Amino acid sequence: MRSEEVYKKYPRNEASNMIAMLQDVQEVHGYLPEDDIIRVAKHLNVPTSRVYGVATFYNQFRLTPLGKHVIRVCRGTACHVKGSLDILNTLEAELGIKAGETTKDLQFTIETVACIGACSIAPVIVIDDKYYGGLTSKSVYKLITEYRKKEDQADKQ
Amino acid sequence: MNIKINNNEFWANPGDTILQVAKREGIKIPTLCYLSDLSPTGACRICVVEIENGQLVPACAYPVYDGMVVQTNSKKVRRSRKSIIELLIANHPQDCLVCVRNGCCDLQDLAAEYGVRSYRYVGEKRSGKLDLASPAVERDPEKCILCGRCVRMCHEVQNVGAIDFVDRGFYSQVAPAMNRSLNTTACVYCGQCIVACPVGALREKSYLKQAWEAINDPDIHVIAQVAPAVRVAIGEEFGMAPGSITTGKIPAALRRIGINEVFDTNFAADLTIMEEANELIERIQGGGKLPLFTSCSPGWIKYVEHFYPELLEYISTCKSPQGMQGAVIKSYYAQKTGIDPKKIYVLSIMPCTAKKFEAGRPELSVSHTEPDVDVVLSTREFARMMRIAGIDFTRMPDEGFDDPLGESTGAGVIFGASGGVMEAALRTAHYMITGKDMDRIDFTPVRGLQGVKESSIKIGNATLNVAAVSGLHNIDHFLEDVRNGKSTYHFIEVMACPGGCINGGGQPLPSTPEKIQKRMEAIYEIDRSLPKRCSHYNESIKTLYDEFLGKPGGHKSHEILHTHFTKRESI
Ligand code: SF4
Ligand code: SF4
Ligand code: SF4
Ligand code: FES
Ligand code: FES
Repeated sequence: MRSEEVYKKYPRNEASNMIAMLQDVQEVHGYLPEDDIIRVAKHLNVPTSRVYGVATFYNQFRLTPLGKHVIRVCRGTACHVKGSLDILNTLEAELGIKAGETTKDLQFTIETVACIGACSIAPVIVIDDKYYGGLTSKSVYKLITEYRKKEDQADKQ
Repeated sequence: MNIKINNNEFWANPGDTILQVAKREGIKIPTLCYLSDLSPTGACRICVVEIENGQLVPACAYPVYDGMVVQTNSKKVRRSRKSIIELLIANHPQDCLVCVRNGCCDLQDLAAEYGVRSYRYVGEKRSGKLDLASPAVERDPEKCILCGRCVRMCHEVQNVGAIDFVDRGFYSQVAPAMNRSLNTTACVYCGQCIVACPVGALREKSYLKQAWEAINDPDIHVIAQVAPAVRVAIGEEFGMAPGSITTGKIPAALRRIGINEVFDTNFAADLTIMEEANELIERIQGGGKLPLFTSCSPGWIKYVEHFYPELLEYISTCKSPQGMQGAVIKSYYAQKTGIDPKKIYVLSIMPCTAKKFEAGRPELSVSHTEPDVDVVLSTREFARMMRIAGIDFTRMPDEGFDDPLGESTGAGVIFGASGGVMEAALRTAHYMITGKDMDRIDFTPVRGLQGVKESSIKIGNATLNVAAVSGLHNIDHFLEDVRNGKSTYHFIEVMACPGGCINGGGQPLPSTPEKIQKRMEAIYEIDRSLPKRCSHYNESIKTLYDEFLGKPGGHKSHEILHTHFTKRESI
């Protein structure tokens, strides 16, 4: 679906469509751009503050674009016991963003998730669709440095 | 039906909440998120009471039933309330000593009443960024207890929706869209959210520092003007009974603070009437845009600029009384006295926060560069100023306002209550059209605190349909009708704040319906007691037209007293 189609699909001033509309906008862009939050509010004739409130209340909505690589850090119990908080802290410090955010160069997004069913190799992170287990602060640092190197080389070519 | 509260039987109406019955019977139950007139949300649970089965229920939201047994003060209730307070405090900056609401804060009162003597819970506090960007209303989200009163006020009563709950869980806060500053939104600066806020999370932007600097500068001629609604409310700040009339004490106090001259905004209200009554007649006789909407409430003006910009032509071009007074001071008065207008500093004392924004609008100033009104203080800030200056307001003698802009009539003072501008304008329009005063000067159908008051009045052989509206959510269907060409009105007065300026966003806190009623009664009491009750009998106004302005609606009047409004964008 294209952006314009979303606005055609829903009648004006029907506030009850807000969530469905936001879902469609997110479908188009991968997140909810601010301009669209404002436009949805105008379209449905509700205050922008309310649309923004809804967009930030539900977990399903993102307010920032996804990076090229999505790093999901498991914060389930097993991983927690094995030090997943350190892993998360390292990633956050290294990339200069918090969980839920995307780096300025749009390369990385960090997300936290509950148990991803790989407890035997805890602590676990998933980058895009690849699993990495048995991590330490040090190894996760190395891992992320490698990803960055690859991207830098790709940029140069 | 009958219910028992604390072992006493009371009669209750079906549909009453426990809180309503308790209030009627003088039994105190504390509340935080509850806002009278709006539907309860049951969010804060400070109002819990125990019912016969030992359950704790929120009194503000819980309906009564026959035979109900309620305890408002059992051990369980006290415990529960105390821990709610302790939890709120744990997430609150312990800032009372330097807080603007010190001494007038529901959270502080509750902590005192429930004997909280230590910080029992310690943990991470929510952080939030101060929003100081708007010229009128400041937000301090760290002090917010998330009661939601401001949100309901802004959405349900004022129909603006500048702020809402955003984020979730521990990170919830009340903020504008995208967490931006209030000045990027359609906020009309009415300050009703400040009135609703039980703590110091919302407050007016204070200009006391600027005011003192001007007063302390010997080269500057400081002139104060005082709005009508201030004189029936400021006494509350000093423990006087609500509705105390303190007209004479105000100029006395201002002179003792060091203000050089004290003029009355009521004078400018009379002047507004001369211009607006004339405009009404011109539009009726000349086939101009009708209905004519009043323009003295800057919150209302900003509302139209944001939400109904295509209807701006219907708004009176008259500046507000504050604007007119500033303009006349910087032109006529400066000329008459030979004081350089650059050396004149106009300080307004207003019941309103939106007036702070209005004063900075370039299209309102005579020079279009320098503002005509240099600083606006709310009624509350004026009280603070007196306290700093060590003035015991209750003991001030009665003094008068200064000439030539201090004389006023009963028509000027009633601007302070919803319906007053309408009534004052009709008194003078009647005279302008028929050459006689109305048989009865009092036009009571537009008085009172209801949000919408409608009536018709025969003047000469024309019948005018009029309405006085306050609280912005009440105005939409009138505007829709105008938009669709269906309006049958000739003249509509709009005040952004429910009940008018007596309940303005800058008035003494806490404000209750009973106090607002008293303030309103006091306004009409002043009107009744004055020898002159129609603007066209104000001698100083006549002199002003003779010496300077010419005639109402004339060329000079347009230059000095009229303005235009513009479409505004916001997120
Ligand atoms: S809001 Fe109330 S409790 Fe909080 S710092 Fe201010 S006075 Fe104290
Ligand atoms: S000042 Fe008025 S419009 Fe602005 S946020 Fe407060 S209640 Fe809403
Ligand atoms: S800002 Fe004030 S009124 Fe609004 S939710 Fe917070 S405490 Fe309540
Ligand atoms: S807890 Fe991390 S994979 Fe199960
Ligand atoms: S006052 Fe009743 S729940 Fe807040």
